[in-house]
Amino acid sequence: MSLEILKQGAEGRLYLGDFKGESCLIKERFVKKYRHPELDTQITRQRMKAEAKAASRCLAAGILAPKILHSDLNTHKLYMEYFDKATTAKLFIQRTWAANLEEEAKPTLQELCSRIGTIVGKMHSNHIIHGDLTTSNLLINPTAHDYDIIVIDFGLSHYSQATEDKGVDLYVLERALLSTHSQQPFLFEHILAAYRKECGKDEEAVLSKFEEVRARGRKRTMIG
Amino acid sequence: MVCALGIEGSANKIGIGIIKDGKVLANVRRTYITPPGEGFLPKETAKHHREAILGLVKASLKEAQLEPADLDVICYTKGPGMAPPLLVGAIVARTLSLLWEKPLLGVNHCIGHIEMGRLITGAQNPIVLYVSGGNTQVIAYSNQRYRIFGETIDIAVGNCLDRFARIIKLSNDPSPGYNIEQLAKQSSRYIKLPYVVKGMDVSFSGILSYIEDLAEPGRRQNKRKKQQEAEVIDYSQADLCYSLQETIFAMLVEITERAMAHCDSNEVLIVGGVGCNERLQEMMRIMCEERGGKLFATDERYCIDNGLMIAHAGAEMFRSGTRMPLEEAFVTQRFRTDEVLVSWRED
Repeated sequence: MSLEILKQGAEGRLYLGDFKGESCLIKERFVKKYRHPELDTQITRQRMKAEAKAASRCLAAGILAPKILHSDLNTHKLYMEYFDKATTAKLFIQRTWAANLEEEAKPTLQELCSRIGTIVGKMHSNHIIHGDLTTSNLLINPTAHDYDIIVIDFGLSHYSQATEDKGVDLYVLERALLSTHSQQPFLFEHILAAYRKECGKDEEAVLSKFEEVRARGRKRTMIG
Repeated sequence: MVCALGIEGSANKIGIGIIKDGKVLANVRRTYITPPGEGFLPKETAKHHREAILGLVKASLKEAQLEPADLDVICYTKGPGMAPPLLVGAIVARTLSLLWEKPLLGVNHCIGHIEMGRLITGAQNPIVLYVSGGNTQVIAYSNQRYRIFGETIDIAVGNCLDRFARIIKLSNDPSPGYNIEQLAKQSSRYIKLPYVVKGMDVSFSGILSYIEDLAEPGRRQNKRKKQQEAEVIDYSQADLCYSLQETIFAMLVEITERAMAHCDSNEVLIVGGVGCNERLQEMMRIMCEERGGKLFATDERYCIDNGLMIAHAGAEMFRSGTRMPLEEAFVTQRFRTDEVLVSWRED
């Protein structure tokens, strides 16, 4: 069966295929020849397991994520639900910004960010740490009059109650926004505002940890 | 026609370079080398630089066969780096600027590395992996800034290597990283170490503590005593060097690949002192080939801190109209790559 390659991401190749008659997305984590084979096997297995686990954990918590249909550790393939109409939040932001006047684009993006914040907050209140929150890893799936946000790419995720992990997760997201969407510096504050309402009882602790993680980056002296 | 002299002294290297319209005229450098097991301290490093710098300025002019009057601008490293050695460069730069009546420009050290790498390799718009003793960053250009996509959230990769070299008492001559690289070639035994990637960021401090414990089991007795008694395995220094390199370089290649996918780019440029490690270059090249991309790397003359990169970046700034009043000719230990407005690039 020939498979259609959709995209080569950093983690692996994405194909369109089917599983037991149902069309699905196949994510193949191919062997990275640059890594020591032992390290490569270890990382691939760990990430495939993490991905399947976190995606189902999210679904159980009411967060939209692709359903994992099947996982094959031998061929490094993960079979999951495919959203054919979805685009990444990265593209959505860029298109919205390009197609509209600033005052029209802003409320749309603020609404998007509030929703993203709510989702990240919900993940953290369920102790799911995504590990790679970027606008490429959030899908916008259009519905009849609106859209859903689907979280994808859980390869770096893990389960943790530690405020440190949640703080780093937020920091990764903030940095991704700053570098990818440098023309829209207001995005993160809206995410954070919505996040605070959803992230559970540790709100203050997580936020102060986040400030601490941020400070590490800023205060570090850089020599050489 | 811009002819620039650059002074670099942010860490343990003091270097002077002269460049004229992208043509290298001189590139001289001296390194402060400490005994095995010791790092370089700010005060002693500054003393070393003070003693070497004037001789280097003279040597560079001689090599370039120029008179001070032929120069258009004097450039120096404004930061980031250690303050005492940075000051040596800044003071000499200010003095020469007044003495020779030439304009003065402070240059961001990281920008110097990036621009030098682009000049030497001819890479147009690459993802830049900047790895050295003080920095670990994945950088991409957009919108008049070099933006940091990923970086270390604690110590730099070079710092991790240097400190490990100190623990196992490797020589600092010519550099600790070079000696780790040579020793690693003698082993192919992979020891499992922590592997820490967080999104596009990496962390090395945990790996360092872990491998320090393996190298010196008695160092922190209480903490790992039980474990050490359980596993009586004897690792050689070469095994540890090999495994450390394999692990941390895999992390760096991974975050670079992530940035490439995120930015839809297929060029990578490695700069900074750790960038001349051939194993890192090899791993990065394999990754690039798998993606149909291309790797650009330079050798130790341009990878390791040098005055030329400061001269070149300064010349680019000067050409695009950047000027600096004498009152602003200070140094700063903290100076992030994305603070600089890249006025000389038009894309």
